[in-house]
Amino acid sequence: MKHVFARPAFLVGFFALCVALIPLLFSNFAVSLMNDIGIASLVALGLVLLTGIGGATSFGQAAFVGIAAYATAWLTTTMGFSPWLGLPFALTLTGVSALAIGLLTLRLGGHFLPLSTIAWGLSIAMLFGNIDALGRHTGLSNIPALSIFGWSLADPRAIYYLIWSLVGVCFWFGYNLLHSRPGRAIRGLRGGAILLASVGANAYHVRLSLFVTAALLAGLAGWLYAHMNRFVSPSPFDVRASIEYLLMAVSGGLGHIAGALVGAALVMVMKNGLQDVLPLLTQRAGQLEAVTFAVLFILILHFARGGLMGFVRRWMRAGASNLQNPSGMPAKSYPTALPAGVTPLPHRTLPPRGAPLLEVQGAVKRFGGLVAVNDVSFSVNTGEIVGLIGPNGAGKSTMFNLLTCTAAMTSGQVHFLGHDISRLSQRDVAKLGLARTFQHVKLRPHMSLLDNVALGAYARTDVGLVRAGLRLDRVQEQQVLHAAQLQLERIGLGDKAYEEAGSLPLGTQRILEIARALAADPVLLVLDEPAAGLRRKEKIALGQLLKKLRDEGVTILIVEHDMEFVMTLVDRLVVMNFGSKLIEGAPKEVRADPRVQSAYLGSVV
Amino acid sequence: MTWDIALILGIDGLANGAVYLLAGLGLVLIFSVTRVVFVPFGDIAAFAALTLAAFETGRLPPTIGMVVVLTALACTTEVASLVRRGERQHVFKALLTWGALPLVPCALAWLASRSGVSAWLQVAMSVLLVVPIAPLIGRVVFQPIADASVLVLLIVSLALHFLLSGLGLLFFGPEGSRTHALVNGSLQLGEGFSVSAQVLLMVGAALVLSGLFFLVFERTTMGKSLRATAVNRVGARLVGIRPARTALMAYACASLLAGLIGVLIAPVTTMYYDSGFIIGLKAFVAAIIGGLVSYPMTAVGALSVGVVESFASFWSGALKDVIVFSLLIPVLMLRSFMTRHIEEEEEEIDQ
Repeated sequence: MKHVFARPAFLVGFFALCVALIPLLFSNFAVSLMNDIGIASLVALGLVLLTGIGGATSFGQAAFVGIAAYATAWLTTTMGFSPWLGLPFALTLTGVSALAIGLLTLRLGGHFLPLSTIAWGLSIAMLFGNIDALGRHTGLSNIPALSIFGWSLADPRAIYYLIWSLVGVCFWFGYNLLHSRPGRAIRGLRGGAILLASVGANAYHVRLSLFVTAALLAGLAGWLYAHMNRFVSPSPFDVRASIEYLLMAVSGGLGHIAGALVGAALVMVMKNGLQDVLPLLTQRAGQLEAVTFAVLFILILHFARGGLMGFVRRWMRAGASNLQNPSGMPAKSYPTALPAGVTPLPHRTLPPRGAPLLEVQGAVKRFGGLVAVNDVSFSVNTGEIVGLIGPNGAGKSTMFNLLTCTAAMTSGQVHFLGHDISRLSQRDVAKLGLARTFQHVKLRPHMSLLDNVALGAYARTDVGLVRAGLRLDRVQEQQVLHAAQLQLERIGLGDKAYEEAGSLPLGTQRILEIARALAADPVLLVLDEPAAGLRRKEKIALGQLLKKLRDEGVTILIVEHDMEFVMTLVDRLVVMNFGSKLIEGAPKEVRADPRVQSAYLGSVV
Repeated sequence: MTWDIALILGIDGLANGAVYLLAGLGLVLIFSVTRVVFVPFGDIAAFAALTLAAFETGRLPPTIGMVVVLTALACTTEVASLVRRGERQHVFKALLTWGALPLVPCALAWLASRSGVSAWLQVAMSVLLVVPIAPLIGRVVFQPIADASVLVLLIVSLALHFLLSGLGLLFFGPEGSRTHALVNGSLQLGEGFSVSAQVLLMVGAALVLSGLFFLVFERTTMGKSLRATAVNRVGARLVGIRPARTALMAYACASLLAGLIGVLIAPVTTMYYDSGFIIGLKAFVAAIIGGLVSYPMTAVGALSVGVVESFASFWSGALKDVIVFSLLIPVLMLRSFMTRHIEEEEEEIDQ
């Protein structure tokens, strides 16, 4: 049993109390420092979400702070509007800029995306210094302070509570977001676009919405910055500042939203400390500060990439191996009884047993001169297990990709539930009810079993980012987690719901992938070499599970080259060799066929 | 814009392009061998230029101090890693290579600053003095995390730029300087139109060096081992190539290129401690046009960047950099549409 003081709710409450008391107990200097920390933590929060959890690095976050700060500065000084009108204006401008930049660059793969962020981060900061209306390099001054019903927030103590309330709201929003349907997709982003498409999510849209969210957090920080300092100039928004925000996120810990707060505090306090100490040592304190930060950053990336929160989490988990479940209570599984008034997620109506479900007609796939799949036709009927087998290089995996629309067909057609799916995207096919697993397991190792399976149910609900962040998704969230827990019980992992997926052995991970596919409530389950790399006992368990699923009405197509495993399992076999279909029939007939024997063992002639 | 203005801008762009070409080659070289996007490249070029300026004004170049500090760091890193692996017998040899070798140019430069030497010798010393910088940085900063993801390496590299430019300010001070022209005179091309000899020197040097680059890569064992490491690190190791050693060679070559760039542009632009960053970034735009792997495409990219920059500066001097960097976005998009995207797990920083 965990001690009450280590519970997240208690820690958060204690922290909030401390924050509330600071202006009453400490000097103006400490309050100003806290204000800076609060504002910086908003930007760092965006970076933790975007870079740490979503896997897209941005070297241009300070530019978004700048866009918002300049927007509200211009509107309130040059145009004379109220600072409160500056907020929607600043956020709109930041959001639109982020949307435009994101639309252009977020499709970039690998290291090209972060490189492009340097380019626009630098360009935007340079623009500020070259536009007459924005005061060029001198910037804009005399920005009005905020005021509420005539009470001015010019004093650091006055604006303090506004800043920290907003920080509280934003971190609450971020926390809710991560524990929701869009949050699971965000955490799944690093698993790759194909993983997300296989559960019916669009990785590009998820990433774009995350990018805009991070920019809006930076924008909010920019608005606060402008009205707190009441002066803006280009230099706090250049690439160097962006790196500093990234340093906050990395030193705090990219894996956890609290890392943003910890990191912002760490960097800001150290910055202040250096500004006090360095002038005693040298006359060039400003330069040494930059040097010190750079050295620190490099050291962190060398020795502590998990940041401070990485240490804290390791320490907190030292006793228990379980992930924290959201209630902070040591439960092993999600309750299978839904609260009153919440109905389980609806199920698809399945076609009658024996009806044709999937029909492949003359499928051809060419890679240049190589014909990987040559005029293959077969069908799968509802309620049966069909095996697609063949020796290495027979074209099974290519056929699999054609079926799931991961690759486009050169010619031929695939009908699924009467729809022609040969020109559909992988995502649309997944939404129609075709769920798949992966030959190389694609689980998110640091997510719990429950969350991994719940990701599979992505297409069954429709909660968006805003609703999730504001915690208006509780009914659907309960339905989804309930459905995920049922699937975990179905495969026999019900009592491990809150363990990390990465801690499971490979065989169990493959079974977990099946649970994720089942969570989509599929009509057809397509398994890509589920027995590869499994030990004998694990294979037997997998076979039993698949038979049980068939008896419950799930249709399964299994692509495999392990003959022994498939023979005892399937109702019908399709054998491929050199890209063509060799034979189709019951396991016994296939085993007796001389062509199959020669394909696998070589012929005597 | 009239034709003769366009011609002048074009020539100007060609001279810029020559510089970006050399820098781009260095960047591609380091990236393909080590997967490091070497942001501090431009800083090293700036250091070479400031070193030459120090020689010309008869001061002892502060670069010596910088190299000595880096040497001490590299020695410590190397010895510590040897001791940790229990290979104490190699310590002396390590001290010789990591301690003594980088100090040779320092000693030569110290001698050169004492006695009045010829201008060309000063140029050679300036280049020589910055050559150890990149390999030393590579040893201290990048070799211990050689297997980290490209992303981590990129962040480290960017932090390193701020470290170096901070050190540059400490060592060289905030003043900008411009050196004497390496060559005087100009080439008359028709009526009222001439090309300065310095521009010809820059373009010529770029052509000769990239030719040499090509020869070294195609014809020598060292070049082949660099290429082998670039293609596949594990494979290269299997045939007896040490990735750490080829990485050092790549850093040394790139450092040499950076030094040459520094002394080539010092007479035409006023160089400050942080002028290198922008030069390096523009070379990046060029290198990215080549996908960070192709040398010929990098050359094409460098020339386009140079020409675009020169025409952009005619249109708006203040916004020319914005225009060049914004150019990167369509280039990147074109690249990502052209290359077939290969599905891979996203890189994780915190692991």
